[in-house]
Amino acid sequence: MDTSSNRPAAGTASGVGDGTPLVSIRHVSKRFGNGTLAVRDVHLDLASGEFVSLLGPSGCGKSTLLRMIAGLAAPSEGSIDWPAEAGGKPGEGRGLGFVFQDPTLMPWADTLSNVMLPLKLRHVPLDEARDRAAEMLALVGLKGFEKSYPRELSGGMKMRVSIARALVLRPKILLMDEPFAALDEITRHRLNDDLLGLWWKERFTAVFVTHSVFESVYLSQRIVVMAARPGRVMADLDVSAPYPRDELFRTSGDYARLCRLASGKLKEAIGS
Amino acid sequence: MSTPAVPHDGTDAEARPVASVERRVLGVSTEVWPRILAPFAIGVVVLGLWEFLVRWYAVPAYVLPGPVLIGETLVADWGTLFGSLLITLRITFLALAAAVIVGVSLAVLFTQSKWLEMALLPYAVILQVTPVVAIAPLIIIWAGDINLSLLICAWLVAFFPILSNTILGLNSADHNLVDYFRLNGATRWQTLRYLKLPAALPYFLAGLKISGGLALIGAVVAEFVAGTGGSESGLAYRILESGYQLKIPRVFAALLMISLTGVAIFLATSTISHLLLRRWHESALKRES
Repeated sequence: MDTSSNRPAAGTASGVGDGTPLVSIRHVSKRFGNGTLAVRDVHLDLASGEFVSLLGPSGCGKSTLLRMIAGLAAPSEGSIDWPAEAGGKPGEGRGLGFVFQDPTLMPWADTLSNVMLPLKLRHVPLDEARDRAAEMLALVGLKGFEKSYPRELSGGMKMRVSIARALVLRPKILLMDEPFAALDEITRHRLNDDLLGLWWKERFTAVFVTHSVFESVYLSQRIVVMAARPGRVMADLDVSAPYPRDELFRTSGDYARLCRLASGKLKEAIGS
Repeated sequence: MSTPAVPHDGTDAEARPVASVERRVLGVSTEVWPRILAPFAIGVVVLGLWEFLVRWYAVPAYVLPGPVLIGETLVADWGTLFGSLLITLRITFLALAAAVIVGVSLAVLFTQSKWLEMALLPYAVILQVTPVVAIAPLIIIWAGDINLSLLICAWLVAFFPILSNTILGLNSADHNLVDYFRLNGATRWQTLRYLKLPAALPYFLAGLKISGGLALIGAVVAEFVAGTGGSESGLAYRILESGYQLKIPRVFAALLMISLTGVAIFLATSTISHLLLRRWHESALKRES
């Protein structure tokens, strides 16, 4: 299934949204032990290299869906397949990147050691791990903070460390669970821009969970709108705006129109 | 390529707390001096009053000796008392070391297997709540060797805070970080080594602070019960012996040594804790108020 055939070209770079489904979510439902139906019959294909947002109110199961894609929770029904053509399930080597809502750093380790963690767990030689982690830190704009401890960093910087840790394995897919929800608006805008820059450069598939319409429109090629109780997909929107996106896009009529559209769908989702 | 630029200018750098420069006198921060001087001044006043009252009312030394006499006794009997102090210290530290080894090992074992914890933890609690004074005579009979019995008694008192605190610490690792380790295919050992043990460190150190004092108390109490004699005796026996002989200044001198030892142990464990946690733990964080 070619999910990008009906989608606008994502900028001009090749490899971004090239259409191979990386992961197929097949009629997935999740029922918790207490009987709550968190996710009902979600059926989605995520294309290799695309930037997808899962947008919905709290309790719509978007985080649960993300955890199931990561393999941290198992679907009660249906399956999550990783087609072999796209390389199959991210294995031990590159793994998948996961960014939690909180930075989730080890407070007893400095920035560099935190970013080195996934490499260390894979027994990458120490020198190589250190070099790769330092390179990644520079890429997220934290050169010079290698020896700082998490508590010495601001919220935005901690989130950058968390992103660096997720990307240090150069994963095929980066899963993010409302990573910027706790940050102030200025920091959030800056991190949105930097995240897009990294995505552009590294060509990973990005799955971004958020409850912010503006954030999802600004970032994504595609917005999956979800409704709550039970969590289910209400709409699958294309964001037909070219990359790179910047402040100009944020103030354009296009952006306003897309926000209205997504907002309308979200209202429907909440109202239903 | 005009990608959104990733800044390299250390963004948010202004949000980084700047360490304030401390004024220091004799290597100690000016903020700390009042904390040293205030209790010291109180001590001097109380000791002076004590000495004055003892002399004014001519209280006999076998009822209440003055601080000066106690000091003189400490110097005169230093040879005997210091030898006893070393014996008490040896039992205290051996007991504390055994408490650390057994407490941490059991805690790690318990977190690896819930079944083991369910089966064994109640017995650890029973050991803890049974007064050591009550079982010391039994232990002395069973162990045979007196030093070994004292060691077991002191260990019994000291090990539980380390065990229960370390269990709490091992279980309090951030659950998202636990997920993160799982996501990265971490082995049990890696999760223990890189996540659970560091997360447990502050809790373990809190336990160590309590257990350090308890080991000393355990060593002293057990010796009181055992009532050993001869050259190989600790400070508790010196107190008993001096009491029988009405050498009350020596009782006070021995008591003073025990108290100072307790304070020293507390300061040592606090310092270790501070050194290990100062870079990252909330408890060591200084805030501007």
